[in-house]
Amino acid sequence: MPVMTYIQAITTALREEMQRDKKVFILGEDVGKKGGVFRATDGLYEEFGEDRVLDTPLAESAIAGVGIGAAMYGLRPVAEMQFADFIMPAINQIISEAAKMRYRSNNDWSAPITIRAPYGGGVHGALYHSQSVEAIFANQPGLKIVMPSTPYDVKGLLKAAIRDNDPVLFFEHKRAYRLLKGEVPADDYVLPIGKADVKREGEDITVITYGLCVHFALQAAEKLAEDGIDAHILDLRTVYPLDQEAIIEAAKKTGKVLLITEDNKEGSIIGEVAAIIAEHCLFDLDSPIQRLAGPDIPSMPYAPTMEKFFMMNPDKVEKAMRDLAEY
Amino acid sequence: MPTEKITMPQLGESVTEGTISSWLVNVGDHVNKYDPITEVMTDKVNAEVPSSFTGVIKELSAAEGDTIAVGDLICYIETEGAQESDSLDEEKEEIAIESEDATSNGESMKKRYSPAVLRIAQENAIDLNDVRGSGRGGRITRKDLEKIISTGEVPIASQAQAITTATDNNIPISNKSDTTSEKESQRGDKEIPVKGIRKVIAQNMVKSKQEIPHAWMTVEVDVTDLVKYRNNVKDSFKINEGFGLTFFAFFVKAVAQALKEYPQLNSMWAGDKIIQKKAINLSIAVAKENELFVPVIKNADDKTIKAIARDIHDLARKARNGKLTSDDMQGGTFTVNNTGTFGSISSMGVINHPQAAILQVESIVKRPVIIDDMFAARDMVNLSLSLDHRILDGLVCGRFLARVKEILENMSDKTMNLY
Repeated sequence: MPVMTYIQAITTALREEMQRDKKVFILGEDVGKKGGVFRATDGLYEEFGEDRVLDTPLAESAIAGVGIGAAMYGLRPVAEMQFADFIMPAINQIISEAAKMRYRSNNDWSAPITIRAPYGGGVHGALYHSQSVEAIFANQPGLKIVMPSTPYDVKGLLKAAIRDNDPVLFFEHKRAYRLLKGEVPADDYVLPIGKADVKREGEDITVITYGLCVHFALQAAEKLAEDGIDAHILDLRTVYPLDQEAIIEAAKKTGKVLLITEDNKEGSIIGEVAAIIAEHCLFDLDSPIQRLAGPDIPSMPYAPTMEKFFMMNPDKVEKAMRDLAEY
Repeated sequence: MPTEKITMPQLGESVTEGTISSWLVNVGDHVNKYDPITEVMTDKVNAEVPSSFTGVIKELSAAEGDTIAVGDLICYIETEGAQESDSLDEEKEEIAIESEDATSNGESMKKRYSPAVLRIAQENAIDLNDVRGSGRGGRITRKDLEKIISTGEVPIASQAQAITTATDNNIPISNKSDTTSEKESQRGDKEIPVKGIRKVIAQNMVKSKQEIPHAWMTVEVDVTDLVKYRNNVKDSFKINEGFGLTFFAFFVKAVAQALKEYPQLNSMWAGDKIIQKKAINLSIAVAKENELFVPVIKNADDKTIKAIARDIHDLARKARNGKLTSDDMQGGTFTVNNTGTFGSISSMGVINHPQAAILQVESIVKRPVIIDDMFAARDMVNLSLSLDHRILDGLVCGRFLARVKEILENMSDKTMNLY
């Protein structure tokens, strides 16, 4: 099985879907000739031509709007926001148009668009290149938000997103792009959107998280295993709508739950996860539900020390996991 | 000389690792701060890594060609002085943090039950008082119970046992099989957890009643002269001594004296033998709201009324302030219980295990009594004795009570000196 990086898995999924379905096309800033600022669309312009890999103006609202219109007319656009931070001008298109299209047209119309965006910090990107934006979209029924943590999941879920008949936001952690490598099958496989995945079986504590933090939790779990602490790790993969069944099962398994996100703590995805657990698992809980998250500060700071303070890392995760295990 | 670590620096935005292409220094080389020490290759740039310190290269942790993650160690450097104070400070800080943790975690979590623990305990009829917790602050965790259920053994590890000093066999105070619905609390009921002193009292009482065959006997004593005597001297005594002269001191004195003559009552059951104690150490019961203590007046037979009164005063004060030491509580051979304080005129005491008897001193009441075929108003008091019928019989106890009665009825300024 070939080993590839997170970003190579993205390029592979895009290429395979474009080969498979002529209705799939890409649009975004610098996605064509340059192959994307992170090189996620590297080589696609050469392979599929300028009609299927469109360089757009710096106008995110237009990228989303054009994509939604094309989707309504039967195409399968994959729009790229250069950074998740830049998605803000497109919010009206995404929330008011894409998310509600099927519902408001009584099922006559739909918007099968995929919007990709790199999110997250830890790369000295500061204010405009580090944000986690998922919570903004996570109470908009009609939208799906996918945030994969491994190259394997990236390929299977991006394919699923493109084939999905409704809008999907696909957030990729930019620090994971070249950091994470993994085996990715060469065949054409699709992973279900809306299903969480157990990344590690364990008996002592349950960690529920998503994105790059899954990787931190797995690293921490290996260290804790040396001390006899056995962590169960659930990767949400889809953060909206949440896989309630998997969350409840994972929480009940150990009764000690740690929720992790890189996002600001208040109002984040994991707050909703905590609510689901509180509603369903009271008599299985053996400790208060714990949240480990970024501080409630307006943005990721630029100074390395400050960025380190804000960013999640394996040490912070390990400390929180150990603390919960000892409770 | 302190040793510092040099780690792989961040050499670009999305760069997460670098490959050592060549070392520019060897072990033992002296380098100045900012001198290049190694060349590193990443998928974006090739760069020289400068030393962060001035010092001598001690160890190269990575070989040429190794790929090292950003932030991971590449070599050690021995620096010259200076930094030492820094690391000391850090250490101090760590210690401070640790001790803070220790105090904040020192709080007992033994009785803090999570919903999961309560549910599992109820479903499996596990008495949580008997479970030793492995969590922080002694908290019982869900896993502790799951372990008990899977192994099928409920450990009897009662914390109250540690408080009771002399008792070694633990008698359960709650019977697991009788957790019936009658004992479920209803809405509005108040549940008071049995713990600490309450639990010790409960255990001791159950032990005493289950083990000792109790028998009872009461005599009536005319203490008119004693009342007169005490009332005459109590004010001047208080002024002279600084503490009150209670009737109870006289009763304790009388009991100590009688025990000297009837040592059978100053004994304890020891299975295959009865141990008659030489020392007469009188336990006295002191109540404090929800708690009951039985501190001891040591060698009461040697003491004057004043000394006994002072002991009573001191022990009662200590009990109310929670200052009693285990030494204050140990060595009792017989208990005198001042039930009269509450206005009781008759009661049946539970023997203070492993003693042989307990005497309840009831309240002194003025009653019409016939003396020489004439009515007289006399101060009367009932003395109720509970006895361990394994050790004692009615005869000796009757004689003992008669002796106590005799001593008390003859207590007056002429026969009994306070000092």
